[in-house]
Amino acid sequence: MRAEPTTVFKTLGDPTRRALFERLSREGELTVHALTAPSGVSQPAVSKHLNSLKFAGLVCDRRDGRETYYRVMPEGLTPLFDWLQFYAGFWQSRFDQLEDLLKRMDQ
Amino acid sequence: MTTATETLSVVVEREIPYPPEKIWRALTQPQLLEEWLMKNDFKPNVGHAFRFSGDWGSVDCQVIALEANKTLSYSWGAMGLGSVVTWTLTPTSAGTHLRMEQAGFTPDQQQAYRGAKYGWPKFFANLERVLGGLP
Repeated sequence: MRAEPTTVFKTLGDPTRRALFERLSREGELTVHALTAPSGVSQPAVSKHLNSLKFAGLVCDRRDGRETYYRVMPEGLTPLFDWLQFYAGFWQSRFDQLEDLLKRMDQ
Repeated sequence: MTTATETLSVVVEREIPYPPEKIWRALTQPQLLEEWLMKNDFKPNVGHAFRFSGDWGSVDCQVIALEANKTLSYSWGAMGLGSVVTWTLTPTSAGTHLRMEQAGFTPDQQQAYRGAKYGWPKFFANLERVLGGLP
């Protein structure tokens, strides 16, 4: 199921979550421990952020023994790109209509 | 046109051969607004809540700031996402440089957004590499 764009915006609006997502994008699959070490954030906090990312459809996890591995789901960003694309087209056509109107005004 | 993914906003800019005062009327008078944008009950007062009604649904808005003939911004809530639309009019020798920016964050997120803005370009640069590696 695809997340609402608002969920994706809000989730990635947080700098810590974005940093975690970015690191997973760069380095591939990582454990919660590996993600915690350089983050300057406690492990429970990192786990909480990872859960938010998972809820937004931006990452998925896999358990292996005592470790949980996380990796990025790039298709999770689709709602965000759809939103940008829709409004880019929308405003472009409204600008055309605005210019038409300005030509007609006061004539 | 730019789809400014690096700031998570949509920006449309155009040189328009009319003075700012004339464009301002088209941006703020409900009857004129309706002709190029959507049906509305806009009023040029900060805090005024209004609604655009289009064929694809309605948009809940509120005026955040305005300075006659220069700048206008309102919140824009539609399709499950709050955002902010900001119009900027700059006079030029040939008329007006008109800029529209729609930023995909709700007003209460503006603070976070400003703080986060710097981080986005790098974020998307890294992401492109990842997306490029997809099958």
